[in-house]
Amino acid sequence: MGIFDIIGPVMIGPSSSHTAGAARIGRLALEILGEELASADITLYGSFAKTGRGHGTDKALAAGLLGCLPSSDKIRNAIELAGKQGVALHFSFSEEDMGHPNVASIRAVGRSGRSVTVTGRSLGGGRVLITDIDGYPVEISGEEYTLITHHHDVPGVIAQVCLVLAGHHLNISNMKVFRKGRGDDAVMIIHTDEKVPDHVTDELRACNRHVEQVMALDII
Amino acid sequence: MKDYHSIKELFEEADLRHCSPGILACRKEAEEQNISYEEAWDRMKKLIPIFEHSIRRGLADKTRSLSGMIGGDANRLYRARMHFLSPVCRRACAYAIAAAEANAKMYRIVACPTAGSCGIVPAVIGVVGREIHASDDEYTRALFTAGAIGRVVAENASIAGAVGGCQAECGTAVGMAAAGVVDLLGGTTEQMGDALALGIKNLLGLVCDPVAGLVEVPCVKRNGMDAVIALTAAEMALAGIHSVIPPDEVIEAMGKIGRLLPASLRETSQAGLAVTPTGRRITEELNRKLRNS
Repeated sequence: MGIFDIIGPVMIGPSSSHTAGAARIGRLALEILGEELASADITLYGSFAKTGRGHGTDKALAAGLLGCLPSSDKIRNAIELAGKQGVALHFSFSEEDMGHPNVASIRAVGRSGRSVTVTGRSLGGGRVLITDIDGYPVEISGEEYTLITHHHDVPGVIAQVCLVLAGHHLNISNMKVFRKGRGDDAVMIIHTDEKVPDHVTDELRACNRHVEQVMALDII
Repeated sequence: MKDYHSIKELFEEADLRHCSPGILACRKEAEEQNISYEEAWDRMKKLIPIFEHSIRRGLADKTRSLSGMIGGDANRLYRARMHFLSPVCRRACAYAIAAAEANAKMYRIVACPTAGSCGIVPAVIGVVGREIHASDDEYTRALFTAGAIGRVVAENASIAGAVGGCQAECGTAVGMAAAGVVDLLGGTTEQMGDALALGIKNLLGLVCDPVAGLVEVPCVKRNGMDAVIALTAAEMALAGIHSVIPPDEVIEAMGKIGRLLPASLRETSQAGLAVTPTGRRITEELNRKLRNS
């Protein structure tokens, strides 16, 4: 833990886990969707469900989904802001035990009609972990540059993606691959030391016909 | 630079180099973040106006929070005629409540070390700094000293109420603020150690039992009370009063006490003030209000 984790983060109150963390989960979900948000169904679990509204967890998630950071003044009025922007938000509160006290699950639909379901937990101190994207078990904290691919489980895809990154001198610090089954849909989560620029993500999309989608996440 | 994992290590290194622990902490931070010393320093310095803004917000906004439990008390104390509290104590207390009220009402704050305890350090170091006409650089140095102490507590005990109860949040903040003030006044590392040990010792065992699970009762007014405790600890240390138990052992004890606390008293609102008849009534009323909104 660095000094600025002790004196910091700069955030909108009242709670680093229930407000700042919630905003980061929302913002990461937006990044993972990769386009402007049209609507979202948000389910809160555990302590998020029980005390979330008193902590502004709903407002913070909404603000994050609209692109705001935990320090944004817009969090206070995020629900109204979403209404003004024509973004439909629906909240539900579940009693289901998700194995962690502060969990939110978001089904986000973009303007293009594309949707993604993201589940994340708030770990305290404003730190979060995205644990599931569309049924894939992942671990994304938003504290590192992250590249996500959706591809088919076919030999050579991983090598080709790595080759493109190597060609641009982008160093991989950590990497995980998940698949639904042999030869089925798969996902790669790659952490890099630098942000993967847009022209490289374009190149990655085109590098192999089995790569369906590539998203580069910022540090949030 | 050498790592520090205890107050002893940090202070011995500071004495060896004849500088404030804050200077060392900044150097270490720069090294770890791979940025220059000046960048790390500026990053801390830039937090000062955010601290001050949150205090002004809290003083100016006299409305009640969504739950109706808190709001307007910083302003009330700030304007009231004091019977015996010194002007510095009164201001520190009011400012700490102001920042905590700003936090509860969804304004921007700096967690220090947490959102629930965000008022203590800026109020205490800020008010004393203003009183002695300290420069922003001196304020920054004191914040780095405070931050380094928080870092050691986080490593050797905890700063999370859910893990260690309120002693981990407000207790740590009091230790950070007390040592920061001693640094601001040019005290020795021994005095800083005494100040933080005396401050934390006074809050050992403090539970986290917030009404309705919100960062409001008892958190907001506790920030004010604890600002005065931090000032007292600093005055004691500067007067030459020693803590019998050294700071690292106090921190270790705090961690162990935290682990002994039942979960019901660690931010779950299942015991203590949260389940008093009034606490329950407020919780039920709030839930009804939120369901209907």
